[in-house]
This record gives sequence, structure tokens and C-alpha cells, in this order.
Amino acid sequence: MRRSKYIRPAWLDDASIERPNAKTSAMIASIAGPDQRTAPTPFGNALARLADSKPDIVGLSADLAKYTDLHIFAQKHPDRFYQMGMAEQLLMMASAGLAREGFQAWATTYAVFASRRAYDFICLAIAEENLDVKICCALPGLTTGYGPSHQATEDLAIFRGMPNLTIVDPCDAHEIEQAVSAIAAHKGPVYMRLLRGNVPLVLDEYGYNFELGKAKLLRDGDDTLIISCGLMTMRALEAADLLEKDNVSVAVLHVPTIKPLDEATISEEASKTGRPVVVTENHTVIGGLGEAVAGALLRGGVHPAGFRQIALPDQFLDAGALPTLHDQYGLSSSAVAASIKSWL
Amino acid sequence: MPDIGHNVSLRERARRIRRHALRMGEVQGQGYIAQALGVADVLSVSYFHALTYRPNEPEWEGRDRFCLSIGHYAIALYAALIEAGVIPEDEIESYGGDDSRLPMSGMAAYTPGMEITGGSLGHGLGIAVGMALGLKRKKSRNFVYNLFSDGELDEGSTWEAAMSAGSFGLDNLIGIVDVNNMQADGPSTQQLNFEPLKPKFEAFNWFAQRVDGNDIDALVAAFDQARNHPGQQPRIIICDTKMGRGVPFLEARERNHFLRVEADEWQKALDIIDAEPRQ
Repeated sequence: MRRSKYIRPAWLDDASIERPNAKTSAMIASIAGPDQRTAPTPFGNALARLADSKPDIVGLSADLAKYTDLHIFAQKHPDRFYQMGMAEQLLMMASAGLAREGFQAWATTYAVFASRRAYDFICLAIAEENLDVKICCALPGLTTGYGPSHQATEDLAIFRGMPNLTIVDPCDAHEIEQAVSAIAAHKGPVYMRLLRGNVPLVLDEYGYNFELGKAKLLRDGDDTLIISCGLMTMRALEAADLLEKDNVSVAVLHVPTIKPLDEATISEEASKTGRPVVVTENHTVIGGLGEAVAGALLRGGVHPAGFRQIALPDQFLDAGALPTLHDQYGLSSSAVAASIKSWL
Repeated sequence: MPDIGHNVSLRERARRIRRHALRMGEVQGQGYIAQALGVADVLSVSYFHALTYRPNEPEWEGRDRFCLSIGHYAIALYAALIEAGVIPEDEIESYGGDDSRLPMSGMAAYTPGMEITGGSLGHGLGIAVGMALGLKRKKSRNFVYNLFSDGELDEGSTWEAAMSAGSFGLDNLIGIVDVNNMQADGPSTQQLNFEPLKPKFEAFNWFAQRVDGNDIDALVAAFDQARNHPGQQPRIIICDTKMGRGVPFLEARERNHFLRVEADEWQKALDIIDAEPRQ
């Protein structure tokens, strides 16, 4: 339910109502839990390091270098960084031009601005030409409490229809670092959803290796198969731990490459009998991983015991504190666990 | 190069560019022929006076880049590329057909000498900014030219690119605006009024010139000045051109953005072009 400007928060006038926790504000930009292991600025560090050995790499941002961790690259390689100003269309056109001249252009902005504002320029100037431009965008899905202007809840839906474009949604700092090298080695346009700042470390404990285009089974289980991407894989793993305590055995298949989709692995895992499939993603229920998986299963004649989505509703979301919003929209670990339990 | 030799005047080149364009127009019976006739002099001076390139090696690293932002002007650029020897003349009959290298809207993947995919208007100048930055990284002394239309002045992206080129001081970027004052819905200045144009670019730190785009001598002087200007700033040549130039009955047609030409009129137009004195 969207809030109304005509209704004052009730707790302001009624001392008997519990006050919201002042520590959870819309300024909280991290998805890391309070005690979680994190690594700082994994994207910026990985790109700055990679650029040491790849002189063709250049970086561009549209006045958001600091907020996409590209400033780490810019500090280390100032002569290879281009500030394009607050002009996302230009950011994409200039990246295309640099790629035409043989450079690998890494362009960063927020996911909302790349997907909504600069779409035509990514589509025609970059993707149609199959140019080597890597578009890396912070604030994918619901990773800010600033409201719809900053919440890219439909970026995957927008980009999945674009031919030639590879789409990557990494889970944690470990995977972001690996993905930077992997997408650099892939010649062609890539859209990567970024987690920035202090990013949780999750997958290293699973001996995980990112491979472009590959889904990876992180844990096996008999009662439900969760298929997930991005930060929701972290939540799925946490939910699986919670459910294990209730003797519910959950498998988690992580799908960091949304396009091209690893349909073979997804179909193989979803074919195993008796397990309903739950697809969870940090994205609207429309047009993201869930519908991509559903389409692949239907086309492949795979009929799992059930199919559910845990994703954002088809709405413009509320502003507020991120932890509150993740609870509200069912993306927190406890909410994921509760949803799955209710479906068993 | 075509077999007409190297000492052909720029006027003759322009005449032949018009001729190639009319022949392509005749293949489809319609098209953006008025623009092609209007911009032929600009293309003649570009390809036979200003640009460095190798006709048999369109991707030669040492070439000047010529970006066509206006995809539907492809018929005009094909005509220039045919005249320049980049595209064989016998491909004229394939224009706009299946399996042709000469699609109606210009695309980089299809045509030798076509640097970028235009057509979604407002892309060219920004791509040219990126290419100019890239050439500077490579310490190249080549220029990037971008031909765009007065209609594209309506696009916000054109001005993002214009501001950045001025901000970066891209002295290897030469913009050419074809001001024929006609776009799809009517006269360009009556859609969104972009005038006064020269002061606008000057305010964005461009070295700006405005010339009669159908005056070969004025164009030569403007291209020379643009290339030799000492300032560390991008250069714009605003070219006022006449739609249908050289074929009076087409010049006189109103609303000539996308011309339908009767079957017998193509030969009449070619006869007029062929009757021009050779210079």
C-alpha cells in the first residue's frame, strides 16, 4: 500500500504506538546484515586490478563513479577514466564510440537510468553492433529505499528482450570479482547488476566459481528447489538454513547469468521428481528470472511438482528503510522461509 | 577510384553523386531523394577534398571517420561511397532490395564505409564523441566527422553530446549539420525552433561556421578552416542546403521529406542532371 501525503504517521500523535526503529532509515544502502562478513567495493577493486594487465580497458560514468565503486578504478587509472556528467544517453553513445575504436568500455550508472533512460542508446548504438561495452549498474531491483525513481524493479524485464546482450546478476562480493574477469573475457555487450560498498561474502564458503552462462547447484535438497539470482541467492541460502531446522530440505540453484539462460541445468534440476520449484529474484514478478525459467520449463516439457515465484509485486514500491521493505515485500530470509513453508 | 580520373572537379563529383542517388531512387520509386540532392555538395567536398581514406581499405586505421547519424540519408552516402570507389557502381540496382549491402537506412554491419548505424536519430554526435576520445587515446591525428540533420537538433542527446565535446575540447571532431529546414511533419524551424543555431554551438565551446551548403567554394573554405582552426575545441559547419537541389521540379515540391516520384520523372531528373555543364 502506498503511503498517502494526507495521512500523518499515527505514532507522531499517539505515544502508545511503538516508534519505528530510527536505526533503519532510507539511508541504509547496504544489504549486508549486521554481523555479516563483507568485502569493500569488489567491483571497483576487481576492475582496477584487471586494468593493470588490460590496457584497452576504459571506464566511464554519468556522475555516479563514487556510487558505483568505479572511483576505485578512476583513482588507480585516472587517464583511463571519463566523466560524462549526468548524461546517461551520452554515456552509452560515447562508450559505443570508444568500443568502435577498439577499447573495452565499462560504463556505470544506476540501473534505473540505464534501463529506462538510455535504452535506445544501449540497444542501437551498442547491442545492435555487438560492441564490447560492459554496463554495470548499481541499485538493481529493491536495493534502495528512495522509492521508484531509484528502484530498478523491472530492469531485467526491460533488458531481456534486447538481442546480443548478456545479463549477469551476481550474488555477492566473491562473485562480482570473478564476474568482472569473466565478462571482460567475453567479447560483446554485457549488463551487470552491481552490489556496491560493503558487499556480503557468501559464496566463497561454497567453493564457488563463476562461469558465464552457467547455473550452479549450491546445496541439494529433497523438498523444494529454489532457483535464484543476485542477492536473492544469499537469502535463499539463509532461508534454506532456517528451513533445515524445521526438517525441510531445500536445494538452491544459483543462476547468475540471466541471459543466455542455462536452460539445460535448470531443466535437469527441475526434472527431479517431487520437488516444487520456487524462483526468487530481486525484481518484479514480470519478465525476470521467474518467467524466463517458466518459459524454459514449458518449452522443454518439464513439469515440476509446483511452480511459485518470490519476487517483487507489479507495483511502484514504497520508500523507506531497506530491511523494512525487504520484509514487507517478502524478500527477507525469514519471509522467504515462511513462504516456502506455507506452500509445502 | 572510378574511371573518371583524379582531376575531376568537386562540382562534377557532386553532379555524379546526385546522379547515383537518382538512379538508386528509381530502383525503389521513392525515397529520401530530396535530401540526397540537397547534401550532395557537402558530400563531394567531404569525400573529395577533406577526408583521408583508402577506397579499397574502408577500415584502414589511418582513415578519417565519417559518421552518418541520419540513417535515412544512406542513399546520399551510398552515392558518395560509389563515387569514391568504396562501393562498386553496379550495386546501385540492389538498393533497398533483399540481400543488398545498401539498405534503406544506413547500418554499419551492412555497408563498406558506413562507420555507424544511424537512424535512431540523435545517436551520431555522441558516438562521434566517443570515437574522438578513442582516437586521442591512440594518439591518432585523424578527424571524426559526423553528419547530422536539423531535425536531430530536436533530440536532447544531440545536446548532451554537444556539451561534452565542448567540455572535452575535442579538436578532432567536426560536426556537419544539414539545415534543409524540412523534417517529417514539415519545416524544421516550425517543429521546434532551433535558431539561432550558430550562437548555440558557440555557447557550447564549438568553433562554429555557417555556410551555403550548396556553394562548393564556401564549403571548401569552411572545411579548411574547420580542420586548421588552432583552438582546442570541436568544430561545427552549419550547412544551409536546398532540398532537391539541382532538379528544379523537385526543389519546387512542398513537403518533400519522403518523395514519391512518378515513373517518368526519374528520367526527366536524370536528363536535367546530365545536361549540367561538366566542370
